[in-house]
Amino acid sequence: MAVKVEIWGDYALFTRPEMKVERVSYDVITPSAARGILEAIYWHPGLMWVIDAIQVCNPIQFTNIRRNEVKSKISAKIVKTVMNSGKGKLYLDASNDIQQRASLLLKDVRYVIEAHFEMTDKAAKSDNPGKFQDIMKRRLQRGQYYHQPCMGCREFPAFFKEATGETIVSESLLGEKDLGFMLYDMDYSDVEDIKPMYFRAKMVNGMIRIPQKDSEEVLR
Amino acid sequence: MSEVIKNRYDFVVLFDVENGNPNGDPDSGNMPRVDAETQFGLITDVCLKRKIRNYVELVKEDTTGYRIYVKDHAVLNKNDEEAYAALSIPPDKVAEQKKKDADLDLKIRDWMCKNFFDIRTFGAVMTSFVKNKLNCGQVRGPVQIGFARSVEPVVPQEITITRVAITTEKDAEKKNNEMGTKYIIPYGLYRCEGFVSANLARKTTGFTEDDLSLLWDAIYNMFENDHSAARGKMAVRKLIIFKHDSELGNAPAHKLFDLVKVSRTGSDSDSPARVFSDYEIMIDKDHLPNGVSVTVRD
Repeated sequence: MAVKVEIWGDYALFTRPEMKVERVSYDVITPSAARGILEAIYWHPGLMWVIDAIQVCNPIQFTNIRRNEVKSKISAKIVKTVMNSGKGKLYLDASNDIQQRASLLLKDVRYVIEAHFEMTDKAAKSDNPGKFQDIMKRRLQRGQYYHQPCMGCREFPAFFKEATGETIVSESLLGEKDLGFMLYDMDYSDVEDIKPMYFRAKMVNGMIRIPQKDSEEVLR
Repeated sequence: MSEVIKNRYDFVVLFDVENGNPNGDPDSGNMPRVDAETQFGLITDVCLKRKIRNYVELVKEDTTGYRIYVKDHAVLNKNDEEAYAALSIPPDKVAEQKKKDADLDLKIRDWMCKNFFDIRTFGAVMTSFVKNKLNCGQVRGPVQIGFARSVEPVVPQEITITRVAITTEKDAEKKNNEMGTKYIIPYGLYRCEGFVSANLARKTTGFTEDDLSLLWDAIYNMFENDHSAARGKMAVRKLIIFKHDSELGNAPAHKLFDLVKVSRTGSDSDSPARVFSDYEIMIDKDHLPNGVSVTVRD
């Protein structure tokens, strides 16, 4: 059960885990981000999206932006105290709790994601691949989604449509390029200990073939 | 409280700046943000969210249910601490529950959503009691805003100013005035696109119809109480809201955004724009897809 989805946006930020304070994007979308985009459009506990290939269409260009960001998170402990006692200062003072961080973003991106889904054991008896396939197709055609998909971060919306016809690939992508080790996805099989998985991404004429999760190419 | 929203929305905001700096870039000495390659002006999503928060804080004055978590400046707490509590402590007292209770995280999350408008709207990240469980303190809000970009390239100007009062006595002996600079954009019309995903409102944050109309007010008025020496004259010119008949939506967002076209008016459209009337905004209502309605505030 395969789908081909074309996605595009003005900006994208697929953060490298080793450079996440001052964020630096990967050159291209990661399989896990692509999965997240498909899940934003349609997902059900009974299915699992598997990314097969990523076609990069536009030249890879970077741009830089620095923003004021807050540095702390909401503390559950303090919330609980305020919740129980009914008083207390519960807010974050942006002028004291702020830091400036730069991000290196991708600009003007367009990808075609080739993916299929596998049924999981959480699927109900009445569920079948054909039904899921139809729902996904319908949503792609009508532009429907569960929540607005994004290119890595929510401030960079991803637009999408079903990919039909020939894909136009920028000439700058012709040839072979080694993108180095990239994040494949997170391994959620043990919720207490979620681990990243990596793979060596190779781009041939803009096309990146994504290995299967249990293949030897995926490193844990 | 009114009902949780049941429709998806996409919106376009058009706003302009006159002789001001809409959003300074910390990387280039607070010059207005500009895409270096195209010269289009930029305004970040977080800049606009800040203004929405400020408006809500001003209008609602921290009333129950409309608190703002990320404040601009710590206010001297006029804090009527009345009551965070009264609102919604679940009947089974939270304190008695064990720390390990997985639901506690959810209760805290729901309570925060109920009390804080900005969390209900934009989401928040909370630290959690349950360790190693990724993202369980993460709330995604229904409202998502992209970067705003100017419709045409902008040209920031550096204005040198002087002041006659000198800060330190030592400096005062040597000179009798100081120079400073400020940056302005003579004129720029900016376009920003955003989304409201009803499913996230229903599933997690409980963002209601009342919240939605407050959000539209906040966006429409986001610059009205934000005047300062740096900003110049900023104003929202048009807020165009596409309402889908359903939760999932009835048409792709990019097709709706394409219906909003901004062009130059008049014959001398080669000269730089300086007022809003140099632009014409067309909303192609004839090609509105089925199941989508549009409202315009201007």
